[in-house]
Amino acid sequence: MSHYTSTEIMTVTAARLLSNADVCFVGIGAPSAACNLARLTHAPGITLIYESGTIATRPSVLPLSIGDGELCETALATVSVPEMFAYWLQGGRITVGFLGAAQIDAYANLNTTVVGPYDKPTTRLPGGGGAPEIATNCGEVFIILKQTKRGFVDKLDFVTSIGHGRGKGDRERLGVTTKGPTQVITDLAILRPDPETRELTVVSLHPGVTRQSVVENTGWALKFAPTLDETPAPTVEELEVLRALQARTRAAHGQA
Amino acid sequence: MARFLSLADACEEVVRDGDSVAFEGFTHLIPYAAGHEVIRQRRRDLGLIRMTPDILYDQMIGCGMAAKLTFSWGGNPGVGSAHRIREAVEQGWPRPIEIEEHSHAAMAAAYAAGAANLPFAVLRGYRGAELARVNPAIKSVTCPYTGEVLATVPSVRPDAAVIHAQKADREGNVLIEGIIGVQKEAVLAAKRSLVTVEEMVDDLRGATHANACIIPGWAITAVVEVPGGAFPSYAHGYYPRNNAFYIGWDAISRDRAAFAAWMEEHVMRKGPEAFAPHARAATANKAA
Repeated sequence: MSHYTSTEIMTVTAARLLSNADVCFVGIGAPSAACNLARLTHAPGITLIYESGTIATRPSVLPLSIGDGELCETALATVSVPEMFAYWLQGGRITVGFLGAAQIDAYANLNTTVVGPYDKPTTRLPGGGGAPEIATNCGEVFIILKQTKRGFVDKLDFVTSIGHGRGKGDRERLGVTTKGPTQVITDLAILRPDPETRELTVVSLHPGVTRQSVVENTGWALKFAPTLDETPAPTVEELEVLRALQARTRAAHGQA
Repeated sequence: MARFLSLADACEEVVRDGDSVAFEGFTHLIPYAAGHEVIRQRRRDLGLIRMTPDILYDQMIGCGMAAKLTFSWGGNPGVGSAHRIREAVEQGWPRPIEIEEHSHAAMAAAYAAGAANLPFAVLRGYRGAELARVNPAIKSVTCPYTGEVLATVPSVRPDAAVIHAQKADREGNVLIEGIIGVQKEAVLAAKRSLVTVEEMVDDLRGATHANACIIPGWAITAVVEVPGGAFPSYAHGYYPRNNAFYIGWDAISRDRAAFAAWMEEHVMRKGPEAFAPHARAATANKAA
């Protein structure tokens, strides 16, 4: 058994959700690390797409920005941004959208826009970028973010992108036919929407994590599945590949 | 036909007080040299437009040049906040700024609609997204064929578009390669346009493949050769993105005084020739 950090098990667990058959729309940061780990381990054939227009890219280091040159240089093709959003995302060609967020609620709606009121924010966040349409136009959505009381909130300050609205049927009422968020991976646990209510439910705890610690890091009365799994620990190979990727990335970005 | 001007004359010609201006570039080919010239010319009351405002707009907004920002993601990519933009939005410093916020899909469609001379763009977007509540420009239309309700946004029709590209030839035809973003759409949607390039070549005809991204010179107002003009972003085939600069900008931009001192030293007291060493350094690295 090797030692690993809570961020490493989050990234490894998220990577395991992806397969060779996926066409994945990748967000920057934690999603990008997970998607490239999948590509460098069990899913070498996965198609990774970044919103800067790069299709089937295979970066050797993680990009700092969504449009680093590495993404274009290792891509099969690079298209314009209007083409990316119109033909490929809206065109229904993406199986999985992989998102992070600043805030998430019990129905996996996400906020990356503001903390506080929109017109007078206490914290102005970068904004939605591609997220509003990734959330509705990808076949399904995986979400990765650290579990904290600040991030897992009872009520979002702003709904940047819809998850399951206020419960089952809300997406359908908006005319959305895709599945929406099906997996939420944190540094503590795996959460999935309840099949009946669509409320996020803990289905697996990472090794050594207690129910109590998950509850304490969540801003609503969190539900647990009747039987909880234990998330398999990262393998030696997964950790080696991830750490090498991150070491290459730090060196490339001048953060040695 | 594109005119070949000095950078100062080209900026005076293309970007005027009160204009709506798109300095475009999707993390690649961001027109820093032209943006810095416009800062030196102390333009006022600009309506800045860009999908991904990052450090260049942080600098312009921190200098109080903008009355409005139309955007879909604003920050220092991979690093965090654009602190000058945040302070303008949160504190109204150095002046209050109006924001018009969209999603990427909507803004990309709005540029394409502008280039196509249409009044609005239509997309399957904003469903369940709260931006549709706070941005009155986001409306909807019912498809006359299927009855589906689709989102609409007004097309982007800037007074001016400013971009950086790799090459121009003696007719002013411009070649853009790599991550091409929305630059072609921005130029074609705008009334006036300025393109800075890494390099002048004799003739682009036959020098690329048949489907290369070329903007003909007769669709451009002014072309200026500014080697290194996209630094600290990058020019595919010329020099890489200086990620360390983006990381370092975080500390500079957090503090009003540090920001002002940096702008005075690196922008106000410099000219476009300050960008050339960045291009030369990359060439030297390549040769080594």
